[in-house]
Amino acid sequence: MVMPRSAPLAPALPQRVGARIARALVILTLVLIVSVALGVAAGSQRIDPASLFSDSFSRTLFFRLRLPRVLMGLVIGASLAVTGGALQALFRNPLADPYTLGVSGGGALGASIAIALGWGARVAGVPLVFAASFAGAMLAVTMVRTIARTGAVIQPGTLLLSGVAVNLISAAAVLTIQYLTDPTSALRILRWLIGSLDVVGLAPVGRMVVILAPAWLALLAMSRQLNLLAIDEDTAATLGVNVRRCEQIVHALCALIVGVAVSTGGAIGFVGLIVPHAVRLMFGEDLRIVLPGSLLLGASFLILADALARTVLPSNELPVGAITGLMGGSVFLWLLRRRQQSAVI
Amino acid sequence: MTNEPLQAPINDGAQVTAAPWLDAQHLDYAYPRGKPAVRDVSICAAAGSLTAVIGANGSGKTTLIRMLAGLLRPQRGLIRLGGIAFEQWEPRLRAREIAYVPQSTTTAFPFPVIDLVLSGRSPHTPRFRFESPRDHEKAMEALEAAGAGHLANRSFTGLSGGERQMVILARALAQEPRLLLLDEPSSSLDLKHRADLLRTLTRLRETRHLSVIMITHDLQLTGSVFDRILALRCGAVVAQGKAEEVLRDDVLREIYGDPKVRSQRVGDQTLVWVEL
Repeated sequence: MVMPRSAPLAPALPQRVGARIARALVILTLVLIVSVALGVAAGSQRIDPASLFSDSFSRTLFFRLRLPRVLMGLVIGASLAVTGGALQALFRNPLADPYTLGVSGGGALGASIAIALGWGARVAGVPLVFAASFAGAMLAVTMVRTIARTGAVIQPGTLLLSGVAVNLISAAAVLTIQYLTDPTSALRILRWLIGSLDVVGLAPVGRMVVILAPAWLALLAMSRQLNLLAIDEDTAATLGVNVRRCEQIVHALCALIVGVAVSTGGAIGFVGLIVPHAVRLMFGEDLRIVLPGSLLLGASFLILADALARTVLPSNELPVGAITGLMGGSVFLWLLRRRQQSAVI
Repeated sequence: MTNEPLQAPINDGAQVTAAPWLDAQHLDYAYPRGKPAVRDVSICAAAGSLTAVIGANGSGKTTLIRMLAGLLRPQRGLIRLGGIAFEQWEPRLRAREIAYVPQSTTTAFPFPVIDLVLSGRSPHTPRFRFESPRDHEKAMEALEAAGAGHLANRSFTGLSGGERQMVILARALAQEPRLLLLDEPSSSLDLKHRADLLRTLTRLRETRHLSVIMITHDLQLTGSVFDRILALRCGAVVAQGKAEEVLRDDVLREIYGDPKVRSQRVGDQTLVWVEL
């Protein structure tokens, strides 16, 4: 029997990549602007825009607490989401994300060690905590990859399991450090385990952006190679991608971005998992859209999640990591179920 | 990369004029903790030549073709492309010369077919540019040439094995290579698409001087089209030459290790079967 052809004979070509990117970026930038506005407006204390000029209390509240917190959400959300998108492509695994691969855990461990040892210093403007966190994240991603790679193939199941193991080891080590160290450091370390955007003043945000913005751009510059790697490693290699070098660069950039983000905001989970998938669902699979799109949508997502965390309870505020963990965990399970049905993992 | 002129022919003193485009000499490869997969195999491909590689399962065909695609580095021997050693080629420039179609491709993400075919254009597009309208046209042409134009807007993950193979072939054609490496492309194609594949290859040989090295188990089709057949057994070459020289009872029995292989020439084709 001849099956009727469902597709038209001359199928309309999908829009070109350039046009699709432009559309995605315009929409997601608008979403980000709205999110920043909502984030700044949300809080137990209402701030009247007009009072910013007259009332010094409102001004302090806005510039020392509210705005820095929203910007911190922007920077960390963008960082986690863009690395999530890159890691998913690099490992060809829809369940990969800085949190599930143990990169956040490694970073948190590095940061905890630095705090416990009292390394508050900065070298050439770079806080030592950033460096320690980067080292921890790099160690984690290298370990996970080495374990999951057998010969030329990365085993998707092993990849996630070794990520879980690295996370568990890091968490146990952080708990041990927290137990042994003095109460002040212990309290600071506790924050790393849950994740929070609590910040005072704009200076910490500035210190992060100086390091993160170039790293984001460098990662975005890799999006074409990552797009080919996301298809298949052999494909990428025969299309002229230097696979080894590309992997090393992406590893280092992801570890740097996650390390810096985690050392300030803590191991906020699953942002890097949910956001790239949302961008894919909206704008397609091309990494040249997914990466910049994740950067923008990740920023919006964490700002809104934090606004929710601050306002959902009348008297107290939740850590933002609890909100993203609840949402992200559910999405993870849903993805796992879907993957299982299509028998990829 | 080095700035050696690409047209420089290797001058071994003997046959400068007939210098093959791809020239691989004395290749050896063994997997870690495995016995040698390829032993002392030499293969070359002149412009516009069609070469078939045949052999039993596990005879080293795929290992050989993966070395020619640059995915495995031979442990001994030398591969030259246009007279220049393989490693000295900048990867993107080499990707404009050689395209590879693996036995099967699976993707973790549901890429649209047209995007996969367009990825074949990436060695030709500048690093920070998007594909041009011309690239889109070429991708569609390649998809039509592979007989898969109607799949353009489908998702790759939703395709059957045969359809996937046509799409990956289309990507290789969109790459506009001088040499096409195919690993059992006809294994999951139906009769018509097998014939279409060979028609496309012979047409591209005429129009673009495309040369092809193709692994196949399809001895019937092999005999009629290919200029040259290379037969491997246990990683080594056991026979090579024209179809009528290789597709003979005695040679085939040695290649496949089965005493009941029979063959018969019918016109310019060779029928091969095994008596049960």
